[in-house]
Amino acid sequence: MLQVKLFGHTVFCLEVVLFPSLLFRVLVNDVQGLIEKQTINDTVNPRSSSSYYENYHSMREIYFWMDEMVKTHSDFLQKIHIGSSYEKRPLYILKLSKSQENVKNAIWIDCGIHAREWISPAFCLWFIAHTVYLHERDKTMSTLLEHFDFYVMPVVNVDGYEYTWSDPSKRLWRKSRSSHDNSKCIGTDMNRNFDAQWCGEGASSYACHEIYCGPYPESEPEVRAVARFIRNHKDIIKAYITMHSYSQMVLFPYSYTTKRSKDHDELVNLAPGGSDDWAYDLGIKYSFTFELRDTGTYGFLLPPHEIKPTCVEALAAVKEIAKHILHNS
Amino acid sequence: RAGSRMEAPQGRAATLAAACLSYSRGGPGRALALRALTAASAQVSSGAARPHLHPWAFSSPALDNIVNCTAEVLYHLGNTNVAPDVHFEIDGELKSTDEQDNMFYNQIRSLKEELVAQDIPDSHGNVPPEMEPIRALAQAAAGYVVWQNSTEDTRYHLAQIKHVRQVKRSDDYLEFDYMVLLHEFVSQHTLCFLPTGDWQMTVLWHPQHGVKVTQNSRQPKRAER
Repeated sequence: MLQVKLFGHTVFCLEVVLFPSLLFRVLVNDVQGLIEKQTINDTVNPRSSSSYYENYHSMREIYFWMDEMVKTHSDFLQKIHIGSSYEKRPLYILKLSKSQENVKNAIWIDCGIHAREWISPAFCLWFIAHTVYLHERDKTMSTLLEHFDFYVMPVVNVDGYEYTWSDPSKRLWRKSRSSHDNSKCIGTDMNRNFDAQWCGEGASSYACHEIYCGPYPESEPEVRAVARFIRNHKDIIKAYITMHSYSQMVLFPYSYTTKRSKDHDELVNLAPGGSDDWAYDLGIKYSFTFELRDTGTYGFLLPPHEIKPTCVEALAAVKEIAKHILHNS
Repeated sequence: RAGSRMEAPQGRAATLAAACLSYSRGGPGRALALRALTAASAQVSSGAARPHLHPWAFSSPALDNIVNCTAEVLYHLGNTNVAPDVHFEIDGELKSTDEQDNMFYNQIRSLKEELVAQDIPDSHGNVPPEMEPIRALAQAAAGYVVWQNSTEDTRYHLAQIKHVRQVKRSDDYLEFDYMVLLHEFVSQHTLCFLPTGDWQMTVLWHPQHGVKVTQNSRQPKRAER
């Protein structure tokens, strides 16, 4: 019996880009040259210039950047060490706070759970820089900072991120770099490793899969460190926001059940063990997954000139969420 | 509201239809990319255990370079060896690319050595302007590979040209041997976990005859460590 499924009248629009044929002056077969160009881009810009934030940066550079930012803006930024990665890299959170003395409610933002989603750490850097340099000119941000602190983790999957920078052939690595139970495959999907319906439908228990949930919940030291920090601060953390790419959308809990969550009437697909569901279960009512640009034209290899518009729109969305919480709590 | 639109079956069907369109109407002078899904409905024949899908719509930006399309996508459920049937219509006419096509054709023909390039875009997403037509041609050709290999559960995107090499020919066609990375969309919230893979495609192109993929095959996956 032939079964068919018909999508009648799928209506969509296409973007048409015309390319003038240019002279082939240089052919791109100089990989070494490209790598050198990338390295120059990575370090040439002073860390306070805006063009710095319109490029991608290596893990090493992000560590330098964190140090320098915290040193220069010690009244406003605080670096918190929350643990070490599988490969023993330090895991840091930056706390943005207008007045360090009194305890305020807080909003958590993490980036770089998946290694190849470079736009995600780029957003966290953008967010911190915007807040540090522009909060006095940005009235909304200024108001938000009267009521909230921000905990921002620029890169969760530090080992994986470093790996994607190690060689062009590793650029699309997604998972962590851990090895469990002598498996021939490396890496756990950190967004399947949180303790929310861990390893249910939508995750895989096979280590070679891209959505491997790990041998047990919080098996990844990075996930454990994040979960522990948030658990310890769950009374003050009012919103949990996690940045991914790509597809340009925002997702809400629950993604691990097809039952309706009590705060939202819209359902999304399954991703058990996701950080957003876990945070929601912990009692953090406002829990969001952002999928940043684009919709697939470049995918993970998003050109640097798209960093700015992506960050501008995501920043606006984060501020909207924060404003909403402020007025509803 | 919250969007799982592009991830939903409608999104996959639209991506497939865009791939087919790209194959039939794309080329070195023109890249076609799915911009937004404006409406979709689905009917499932009896016996297929799939949820009923509701139509929905959202507004799309009104830009000069946006064209509206309608498509019907027919999946042969349970038979992954048969490519889906896709019928599409374009609202209006696409601008002619004759001029760009001829320029590209003549330039490639006049190259002293065969063109060789790799990593388009590079790790940072950069595409050298002179490589845009090469990428647009790959996108059109990849449309064919995507179409031939799509099922209702897949959503493929051309992620990167790993390698491209021009092959010398004695006739009027241009021939390129591409190694491309097709990404099977794995989002945070999806059930699919087919791995991303390298595909080889042999592509012929001529300004009058368009794009032809004469050969394509998935490359054996190396164990990723």
